[in-house]
Amino acid sequence: MAEELKVFRTWSSPFGFRIVHALKIKGLEYETILEDLSNKSDLLLKYNPIYKKIPVLVHNGKPICESLVILEYIDETWKQCPLLPQHPYDKAMARFWAKFGDDKIFPPIRSALFSQGKEQEEGVATAVGNLKFIEELLKGKKFFGGDTIGYLDLAFGWMANLISILEEIVDMKLVDAETFPLLSAWMSNFSADPVIKDCWPPRDKMVERFKGFRGPHLKKVA
Amino acid sequence: MASYEVKLLGTLLSPFVIRAKIALNLKSVEHEFMEVGIFAKKSDLFLKSNPVHKKMPILIHGDRPICESLIIVQYIDKVWASGPVILPSDPYDRAIARFWAAYLDDKWFRRIRAIILSQGEEAKKAALEDGIHGLVLLEEAFTKCSKGEKFFGGDKIGYLDIALGCFLVWVRVIEIMANVSLIDESTTPQLFKWAQDFCVDDAVKDVLPETDKLMEFVQFNYVAKLKSRL
Repeated sequence: MAEELKVFRTWSSPFGFRIVHALKIKGLEYETILEDLSNKSDLLLKYNPIYKKIPVLVHNGKPICESLVILEYIDETWKQCPLLPQHPYDKAMARFWAKFGDDKIFPPIRSALFSQGKEQEEGVATAVGNLKFIEELLKGKKFFGGDTIGYLDLAFGWMANLISILEEIVDMKLVDAETFPLLSAWMSNFSADPVIKDCWPPRDKMVERFKGFRGPHLKKVA
Repeated sequence: MASYEVKLLGTLLSPFVIRAKIALNLKSVEHEFMEVGIFAKKSDLFLKSNPVHKKMPILIHGDRPICESLIIVQYIDKVWASGPVILPSDPYDRAIARFWAAYLDDKWFRRIRAIILSQGEEAKKAALEDGIHGLVLLEEAFTKCSKGEKFFGGDKIGYLDIALGCFLVWVRVIEIMANVSLIDESTTPQLFKWAQDFCVDDAVKDVLPETDKLMEFVQFNYVAKLKSRL
């Protein structure tokens, strides 16, 4: 039976890119449905009634939601180019740090994007403190997955693209090469990887997009 | 004195620790349970084993710590592969189980706790509606996952049974303290029956705390402290 794969995402969502990258690594063909989150399609609402969010992967008509759940589904369904480590302990560590990134790094960075002054400084400080754990993980490795990109690289992939964009918008440094030599190198290596480099949207469009997200939050304060 | 290769740090008053304990029981893994109070000062071993979050449960296998309850359950399932299977074997069923387990932790448990811990009647009412709505969704999920059997995992307890079942005494405590019905025989009949079957399972029955004990704990450590802050 021919496989039918669809990905519901937006053109700029970092969580959507996790799925794009994973499918590219696995060499899988799929259809992209780009959503406008201010006007969600009926199909998206049907496939993700609980959260009404992207990304959603639909495989032969069956929806899978939540990007990290989707990554594991992709890895378990298509065995070529494994994303997660084989050893149970290494697998547990990859899952732990992916969750850490989503719970403790992304939120304060998002908070810094949506605020200014003291609140923004706090967001940046929290993010930087937590990024130090991630820096440690890269000791002796090119990628979090070792020699090649794996699950944890994909989970953190948004940093390689978005951090410099957000730094430009809020005019604050998050990852400087002196404090984070390994993470800085990883961000370059990840972005330069043949699988990744053609996937990012144009930088100027992303800057404009995220400035657009930030705007309404600042107006609320004024 | 024999040193156990597997140690579990925590207290069974924590639903997250309960998950790990049930998984170890299902696989008949010999282990040392090291009791740690939720609010107690943490030992060096504890802090060294979970320096990032400083939370329970912590599973120590050999000299390697594994943290986060759902990650621990998956680890146990993989390492003691010859025992009963915890995660579904089909990748899609596995994704569904993982989705709902994450929903419980990211959304649902926080909402039902808010029934007794939030301030003002409006907030409590909203929390109750969210809590019940979540259970209605899980009732539907049960139909799909159980495929006519007793548990989310089929004829045996599985990942989602553990992920939800660990909260059953908290549910009971909230029902009593707030005088509400969450897992209700008429609204969620399948979950009502499932809860009974889950609680008497061999891997579970000695793990869940007594309702009175948890209620006292919740009253003292959460509710009373909340009132004292007002």
